[in-house]
Amino acid sequence: MSKKGFRLSSLSHKYVMAAAGAFLMLFLISHLTTNLLLLAGDGGEKFDQAVEFLLTNPVIKIVEYVLFAGFIIHIILGVIIELHNRKSRPVGYKVALKSDTSAFSRFMIHSGIIIFIFLLIHLYNFFFVKLGLFPVYGGAESSHDFFPMVVVTLQNPVYAIIYIVSFVFLGFHLKHAFQSAFQSFGLNHDKYMPAIKVVGTIYAVVIAVGFSIIPLYFLFLYK
Amino acid sequence: MEFKLKIWRQKNASAKGKFENHTLKNVSAEMSFLQMLDYLNQQIIESGGEPVHFEHDCREGICGSCGLYINGRPHGPVTHTTTCELHMREFEDNSTIVIEPWRSKAFSVIKDLVVDRSAFEKVIRAGGFVNVNTGSAQEANNIPINKKISDRAFDAAVCIGCGACVAACKNSSAMLFVSAKVSQMAMLPQGKVEAKDRVEKMVAKMDEVGFGFCSNTYGCEYDCPKGISVEFIAQMNREFFSARVCKSKR
Repeated sequence: MSKKGFRLSSLSHKYVMAAAGAFLMLFLISHLTTNLLLLAGDGGEKFDQAVEFLLTNPVIKIVEYVLFAGFIIHIILGVIIELHNRKSRPVGYKVALKSDTSAFSRFMIHSGIIIFIFLLIHLYNFFFVKLGLFPVYGGAESSHDFFPMVVVTLQNPVYAIIYIVSFVFLGFHLKHAFQSAFQSFGLNHDKYMPAIKVVGTIYAVVIAVGFSIIPLYFLFLYK
Repeated sequence: MEFKLKIWRQKNASAKGKFENHTLKNVSAEMSFLQMLDYLNQQIIESGGEPVHFEHDCREGICGSCGLYINGRPHGPVTHTTTCELHMREFEDNSTIVIEPWRSKAFSVIKDLVVDRSAFEKVIRAGGFVNVNTGSAQEANNIPINKKISDRAFDAAVCIGCGACVAACKNSSAMLFVSAKVSQMAMLPQGKVEAKDRVEKMVAKMDEVGFGFCSNTYGCEYDCPKGISVEFIAQMNREFFSARVCKSKR
């Protein structure tokens, strides 16, 4: 295998982009599952147990590094591909393309930028606190005591709206990303692709709605 | 019928182009789009002007020479139709028609609406062929081929290389064209022999000549006048991966 060729080819970009994206999609399921424990109504007991397990499990620690690599690779490749594609049509059309393509697919870079900004805010709210880069808040006892910080953050209407809007754009991003990953891996079959597209839509809706319920819960229901 | 035409005019590859406005009266609804341009050129020539340059050859949707970006769509508003097969009855009377050349870094404008599509030729020369010994052709039925596979290969082989996929892609990607050429040969016994080498060489050349990266928006399939499916792009993705992973170094 020629390493140089693999790195440079447009198809290799697709494979790596799709692989990183697929990993991130799996991570989102795990993240949502943990976060939904916030709604248990037990003062964050189950959520804290899950967080404790995640923070102390050595396998999860390794997965965390892979996760960061996945994010970084996906973001950097996304920017590289976008810049390359912009250069590929130096003179645009007077009449914009009217091809029947999905808006979700056309605006991947835009939804991606919004998700990236959200990711920075989210890291600032929680992960950087965990690392000790920012002080704990909301009455949290330690940098691992996330529940009080979640309550304070998501009861703030500004943060709640930022989170919900970001999840909607995340849903848009995933709507295209799910079936696109299958296509990039060469897994497009006339018999299965319609089902893959339906599953992708359901996945995108579940992720967007599932995450959005949490700020809505803390904003309107949590006492 | 009467039309207001807004046509891209550009003296040569290095010149700066601009849109030129024309009003064309007494256009027959039965005229093809290219006949309408012939009619326009006749009027321009009679008034001492320089005719609009556009590419054409067979005028029956086979050669892939004609290719104009009309009102925001490659080959115009009718799906699965080349520019030469498009008729003026498809347009509203008294409407404005904006005609542009294919836009891509890999397809530079030569003059007016004519673009240099030799980038496609370079991709084909890189591997889009089957090496065979010269001599008399053998009996075709000597090599049995499953009917479904031969039909599928033909679905890819109907690509006329017009470049509409590149023009329709927001990224100027040539993946549909290259995948059709890779797939049509990879599916048949004669082409399978060189399949791994072929896909590597053609993809490398596709990247080298300046096409964009595919982001699976599928505009190419929608605007392909021959209705080539993006399933062939998936097939090329498999072929390329297989070539990279499985091909021996020796």
